[in-house]
Amino acid sequence: MVFMSEKNPEIRSMERMANHIRQVVLDMIYYAKSGHIGGDFSEMELLTALYFKFLHFRPADTENPDRDRFVLSKGHCVEALYAILAEKGCFPKQDLKSCGSIGTPFIGHPNRVIPGVEMNTGSLGHGLSLGCGMALAARMDQRPYHTYVLMGDGELDEGSVWEAAMFAAHNRLDNLTAIVDCNGLQISGPTEKVLSPGNLPVRWNAIGWHVVELVHGNDMCAVCAAFEEALEENGKPTVILAHTMKGAGCPSIENRVEWHHRVPSQQEYELMKAELEEGASRL
Amino acid sequence: MISNKQVICDVLLQAAAADKDIVVLCSDSRGSGSMTEFAERFPAQFVEAGIAEQDLVGISAGLASCGKKVFAVSPASFLTSRSMEQIKVDVAYSHVNVKLIGVSGGISYGALGMTHHSVNDIAVIGSLPGMRVFLPADPGQTRCLMEALLQDNDPAYIRVGRNPVPALYGGGNVPFTLHKATVLQEGNDLAIIACGELANAALIAGRRLKGQGVSARVLDMYCVKPIDEEAVRKAARECRAIITLEEHVAWGGLGSCVAAIVCASHPCPVYSLYLPDSPVISGSQSQVLDYYGLNVEGVLQAASTLLKKVR
Repeated sequence: MVFMSEKNPEIRSMERMANHIRQVVLDMIYYAKSGHIGGDFSEMELLTALYFKFLHFRPADTENPDRDRFVLSKGHCVEALYAILAEKGCFPKQDLKSCGSIGTPFIGHPNRVIPGVEMNTGSLGHGLSLGCGMALAARMDQRPYHTYVLMGDGELDEGSVWEAAMFAAHNRLDNLTAIVDCNGLQISGPTEKVLSPGNLPVRWNAIGWHVVELVHGNDMCAVCAAFEEALEENGKPTVILAHTMKGAGCPSIENRVEWHHRVPSQQEYELMKAELEEGASRL
Repeated sequence: MISNKQVICDVLLQAAAADKDIVVLCSDSRGSGSMTEFAERFPAQFVEAGIAEQDLVGISAGLASCGKKVFAVSPASFLTSRSMEQIKVDVAYSHVNVKLIGVSGGISYGALGMTHHSVNDIAVIGSLPGMRVFLPADPGQTRCLMEALLQDNDPAYIRVGRNPVPALYGGGNVPFTLHKATVLQEGNDLAIIACGELANAALIAGRRLKGQGVSARVLDMYCVKPIDEEAVRKAARECRAIITLEEHVAWGGLGSCVAAIVCASHPCPVYSLYLPDSPVISGSQSQVLDYYGLNVEGVLQAASTLLKKVR
């Protein structure tokens, strides 16, 4: 762990951004009366680091063929992505207020009519295959972009994930990074109890992936270090097994399975808002 | 005689030489898909996904999202069942330029059984928004269809059989308009509407009927979705009855699509010939088709029954 006083300004700035995005997401879900706040918060440092440090993409030029690609395979945690894309300037922030209203393009899973969203996702187990295709296209066209795919640990139940994992390793797609948001909980309970995934580092490694174990997946310093390692590796695709906490950032909901997709009451909302503001004051 | 799937490979071989964005994917199916030559001649434009149809379609969609013109070639039975959700979400919903080539479709795997038959693919793929469904009749039409599809960026499903098929359109001059039915024979007593390789049987039956004094219109509805509604309405308006013929089950097939249009516009009797709602009996493709009356004799018998009713 890195102590606060040692952190560089860039890390500190991204931590503030992650806190800010959590507050935006909380508002989105509270007012829309729908969303997946637990997973939005567990993936927050991963997404913030990607969009504010690692992902090469210009919000004003979201169709540039050389942009880095990001696929949110755990599509139900889309509120964090929408909020970050708004913050980056892909569309006006006020558009987020349409979440939950009839006819909005900001539906509950990624919708590629929204600038910055690469592909429609939502059915679990699809994103890694899409990422393989994108990474393969980069190789065919000798383009320099990198492809990132974020999955949930519950999502690894899907057999199609492992088809894609074999393909990426077989084709040595070292321009592809998979990230698994290992928050340890899926909708019915602990991932270990629903369907034990076994020893994930061993499984990914056995197929032929470079494995980065990210022990503190909600620590911005550690997250950045993991992404840097992923970019250094040559000759294999990299998977970052990010050990996160569901609901991270709000102690009142942390590591509680019911917050997979619960909508906060007014009292809960106010408590979570206060927790996030208190967190911000420490940054 | 050559197979329609061989024609698809021939067209793609020619196109790939001039366009490096054309990519063919197979699921350990380059042999059954007649794509071995493509894989050998264009290794940089060929992708082997292994026996993993879900991944095949997902990779295809990812490639297409980056500007590739993708042709995913796999047995129709597996392509349209195992990877149904990837077709729904990654191809149809994201609306990317992936052409799904279902080879050895219908019951062309014959005695290999229900696991290898695709007799509900019109219904399955046709129910997805924006997915077009094509069942070309013969090599000449398959070539025209492929050349037309190379020019657009929308997704499509093309089902072809396994075996060599006779030329329905001879002489190298194939009448073809994308998304429009082809009139094989004019007539006003009844209309026979067929799709896929059964269009040949429809035409032979139509000619025999003509010889018997029955004016039978024969339509090759190679494009089942979007179906040529005007051609169907015209047939319903100008003929006394319609027969449909398809290598598919009743639910969601050509016959049900035609009946829906006819009922809504110019009601007339529609007699549909299709495969049963059960695993088909064991046998070669032609034996099975004959058993269920999906042949010239079946059409003639249907015509006789219908004409007695509408006289």
